[in-house]
Amino acid sequence: MIEYKSNELLRFTTAGSVDDGKSTLIGRLLFDSKSIFEDQLEAVQKTSDFRGLDYLDLSLFTDGLRAEREQSITIDVAYRYFSTPKRKFIIADTPGHIQYTRNMVTGASTANLAIILADARNGIVEQTCRHSLIASLLKINHIVLCVNKLDLVDYSQEIYERIVDQYKVFASKLEVKDISFIPISALMGDNVVDRSDKMDWYEGPTLLYHLENVHIASDSNHIDCRFPVQYVIRPQSDLNHDYRGYAGRIAGGVYKPGDEVTILPSGFTSRIKSIDTFDGPVEEAFAPMSVTITLEDDIDISRGDMIVRTHNQPETGQDIEIILCWLNNKQYNPRAKYLLMHTTKDAKAIIKEINYKIDINTLHRIEDDKILNMNDIARVKLRTTQPLFYDSYSRNRNTGSLILIDEGTKETVAAGMII
Amino acid sequence: MENYNLNYLKELESESIYIIREVAAQFERPALLFSGGKDSIILTHLARKSFYPSKIPFPLIHIDTGHNFPETLDYRDKMVESIGANLIVGHVQDSIDKGRVKEETGFNASRNMLQTVTLLDTLEEFKIDAAMGGARRDEEKARAKERFFSHRDEFGQWDPKNQRPELWNIFNGKKNPGEHFRIFPISNWTEMDVWQYLHMEKIEMPVIYFTHKRLCIKRNGTILAHSEHLNLRESENPELLQIRFRTIGDMTCTGAVMSEANSLEDIITEISISRQTERGTRADDKRSDSAMEDRKREGYFDLEFGFGI
Repeated sequence: MIEYKSNELLRFTTAGSVDDGKSTLIGRLLFDSKSIFEDQLEAVQKTSDFRGLDYLDLSLFTDGLRAEREQSITIDVAYRYFSTPKRKFIIADTPGHIQYTRNMVTGASTANLAIILADARNGIVEQTCRHSLIASLLKINHIVLCVNKLDLVDYSQEIYERIVDQYKVFASKLEVKDISFIPISALMGDNVVDRSDKMDWYEGPTLLYHLENVHIASDSNHIDCRFPVQYVIRPQSDLNHDYRGYAGRIAGGVYKPGDEVTILPSGFTSRIKSIDTFDGPVEEAFAPMSVTITLEDDIDISRGDMIVRTHNQPETGQDIEIILCWLNNKQYNPRAKYLLMHTTKDAKAIIKEINYKIDINTLHRIEDDKILNMNDIARVKLRTTQPLFYDSYSRNRNTGSLILIDEGTKETVAAGMII
Repeated sequence: MENYNLNYLKELESESIYIIREVAAQFERPALLFSGGKDSIILTHLARKSFYPSKIPFPLIHIDTGHNFPETLDYRDKMVESIGANLIVGHVQDSIDKGRVKEETGFNASRNMLQTVTLLDTLEEFKIDAAMGGARRDEEKARAKERFFSHRDEFGQWDPKNQRPELWNIFNGKKNPGEHFRIFPISNWTEMDVWQYLHMEKIEMPVIYFTHKRLCIKRNGTILAHSEHLNLRESENPELLQIRFRTIGDMTCTGAVMSEANSLEDIITEISISRQTERGTRADDKRSDSAMEDRKREGYFDLEFGFGI
């Protein structure tokens, strides 16, 4: 029996420093959910023995490149995979140190959920706040605060509750819909996959149970129809001589044949003739499906155009306010033009004004500093060479996000979330 | 409100199709690296889906080491004909004849390393600016940080510290002259996802993925297919074993597993209880914990998976 038909995919991010047990937690999730193979286990056992440890160092399952093994830190976003009979999981594993804000932003950009670790001995520290604020900025709907290392504080309910209360005060500033709290010991395995027998006072779910059951189906936007045209399919074969299909991935809403649609930027209207896939036409399509749309009328449409519902259109404009995270070593150059990518559209842009920078530990505004260095977060005004069709990031991540690219090096230098 | 939910295989499929279409849209001369292995079979299948009812608008490139399983070549030729794809074959033998590379000698001689040169020459000959491969991040620790769009500088170097951050679904394929990309549309798939998808889609597979009797030798804990390309030690006696392959690459270094699995369902059952990773069957991957990373830096191109420089 093969059961996969209804399993969902949950993408989550974890951030933390070397000491708070993040690698151990991920190792524990992989190990206890039986996602570790024997040859991997042997390698880790050998290394643990070599280092003279009397336990299996679970963090070794995820230590990646040699540079970071030598430095014992994680220097980039690493993606891990595991699955249970209920769900498949993709972990974006990011370092939590302030220098790595850009990695946290990257990891958070595709996540439905963020796991935030707090050391029971230290409570809520600067880094806990920073990770939470980034999760909130990136509009992650679900946060799980795992209070880790409960084994080192005698599984104390009082300490756990004090930390939870402390976090709740802080979290009242955040725009996160759903925050949960779980007391764990990643090292000992308490409440990660298996329920702890040392914390009778805790009646909530284990971390894995929570990850398997948290409701994510409503995280996608199924209201505002947005279809950025990615590629035009014209077979020009005898069989499909007049076929003209618009290929793309639905960025929001639900499309059905017969729907009245408007094409941006031309403003022409038409109706959807069919929604095609390799496996045959479909009666409806929704985010994040990749499909091919054909229209009743012959209209000149190309990559970068957007097919939307006539009565629910995105914002259109060239002056755009965003929250920006600077990602590059090279600091922002006020005189430079940047390439901009937004949905399937390319444009150029200048940063017209830096309104203020944001202290990512406190969310306080910094008004007098107008230099953007790597890991800085700021609210800025962009002016683009062509109009973009966009929604606010909080309404739709797909149509509310953009990146800036250096014209010379072609590197991605900034990530932007439209306000 | 209705429940608008995609199962995870459909979501992975949709993500990969999105990436393949981005490649076709952003690059002038993309190509798909086809090895005959299951990952490149999936990739080809996804490419067909991406452009239907058109044909795949870029060539498939196969680097033929000359040490391929004949079953792989049969499969390749039939598939290419049935989908009407344009196939480019680069021959390692040609690189040897031209003196571009030197044939390895000795017991563990393999053409696996040589194909890097043939591949790079072929990419250059056809001016390919984006080569898609079927590599996945779950295969090896050093790959966990690989990007979907993996940038190579004008020297073909992969610098782990200088990869572009990838946010949301926005993929930056902008490049300067001489630079190019390796693209990995199924990065987020695991081995199990691949098999389940092959099953869900009822995709025909090369016969050597299923159980069969074959003359094999056992070397350093790996079962290798006996062939004219393998140099035997005196103590090595080929024996007839009931095996199948979990990955398919060059005959001289693709390890087999003892197995009775006769269908995709059998394989899925077998893998779900298996205690070895698929790379565990590869003879070339066992040297050290950092083997893969070193080879990537050196310019090794793991063709079967499409990773490397």
